[in-house]
Amino acid sequence: MANLLNNYLLPLIIIVLEILAIVVPLLVAVAYLTYFERKVLAAAQLRKGPNVVGPFGLLQPLADGLKLMMKETVIPSGANRVVFIAAPILTFTLSLIAWAVIPIQAGVVLADINVGILYLFAISSLGVYGIIMAGWSSNSKYAFLGALRSAAQMVSYEVSMGFVIVTVLLCAGSLNLSAIVNSQAGSYGLLNWYWLPLLPMFVVFFISVLAETNRSPFDLPEGESELVAGFFVEYSAMTFALFFLGEYGNMILMSAMTSILFLGGWLSPLPFAPFTWIPGFVWLFAKIAFVLFCFLWVRATFPRFRYDQLMRLGWKVFLPLSLGWLVLTAGVLTAIRTWSGTGG
Amino acid sequence: MAFLDRGARSLLLSELVSGLALTFRHMFRPAVTLNYPYEKGPISPRFRGEHALRRYASGEERCIACKLCEAVCPALAITIEAEPRDDGSRRTTRYDIDMTKCIYCGFCQEACPVDAIVEGPNFEFATETREELFYNKDKLLSNGDRWEAEIANNLALDAPYR
Repeated sequence: MANLLNNYLLPLIIIVLEILAIVVPLLVAVAYLTYFERKVLAAAQLRKGPNVVGPFGLLQPLADGLKLMMKETVIPSGANRVVFIAAPILTFTLSLIAWAVIPIQAGVVLADINVGILYLFAISSLGVYGIIMAGWSSNSKYAFLGALRSAAQMVSYEVSMGFVIVTVLLCAGSLNLSAIVNSQAGSYGLLNWYWLPLLPMFVVFFISVLAETNRSPFDLPEGESELVAGFFVEYSAMTFALFFLGEYGNMILMSAMTSILFLGGWLSPLPFAPFTWIPGFVWLFAKIAFVLFCFLWVRATFPRFRYDQLMRLGWKVFLPLSLGWLVLTAGVLTAIRTWSGTGG
Repeated sequence: MAFLDRGARSLLLSELVSGLALTFRHMFRPAVTLNYPYEKGPISPRFRGEHALRRYASGEERCIACKLCEAVCPALAITIEAEPRDDGSRRTTRYDIDMTKCIYCGFCQEACPVDAIVEGPNFEFATETREELFYNKDKLLSNGDRWEAEIANNLALDAPYR
């Protein structure tokens, strides 16, 4: 009995607690990301944004959440019920499970697997299923067109994103996210991180991430001016809330991925005394917040892409660029290794 | 060289960056929002808001039931019934305005020979039921009593242009 307790039950409880320690702050972060978004957009448009519910409108996300929970979930009569309900659950779950491999601080990670980046990439690719399922099961032309656009868009941009990730992997020499972060450590602080040596790739990655998370200016799947709301037109109440949470969760996830691959994860930007005392998760949080701010900043600035321009950018600009840079990086790395005598 | 110039500009995303810089600068400008329920914008003395029936300073109602407003009303929102009062003066027994029909054109106040029916400065008279928007004479007279100061002031300000 004690054996069972020690071997199975205790680790189980610890794992559940660890999961909660990640998921609960994440959901709070998602809620406040919506608040942050509204405030940033308002500031850029010379408005005030939410300021009535609670001090500075800080309780607005809670009020919104409550409203969504109180509403009625409407399932269209023509919809495929099972798939219709499963789609938002899938989207939401996928945006959460990816966090298992994100290293929050040196050595602090739920699952320190050696193919972490591959896992992340796989999970983010699976996200397209939630959207296709939602679009198809809704039995509505707007939802269907939105889903088709979204699927094509996500698949297109994943290709160049994959090459960008491979470029980083070549430099880091590992698929383990902690190892990738550690390989960016150096005496020059933020100048050591991969965003500088791989600057074009950083830009390509950032733009691809915008397309991958269906954010403006690549928010064609939603395209409210022509598709009403895209793939989730027919969703209401909690099912809609799950999509919403999943989408914003994905934004945070992708920001975390950008921070880890290019902005040195939990590393301090200035590698000397007062800054290195600050715990790593604070730096990671700051970097995620910065990338998220850039997401919102871009949304406040640019109009939506036309669909053919989106495809052109993905296949004819980013793909050759990232492919070329991949070859270049590989060549430079081989040259360095050959000349420094460590062997290629 | 024009080719190089254009190429460099598109490669360095200079137009995108300048756009981003513009929105970034805007983020630090003060918001122009009027915090509506707590702050209100100025309105003209000619503003055509909620209707009111006015009284003379003696407390006598101004309306003489000439029915010009009823006749001019393009939306047919006004209904008037009248008969002589005990003292022999002609007064309305019924003065109804259907606020759901009213288009706030202001013809009624233009037509009125005694400045009895006016559209006051109040625009916050939303109700929770439709029935509450069928105004009768009592409601219109009480509006007049409530807004008399503002209405008189507005009429005085607008008088030179009439």
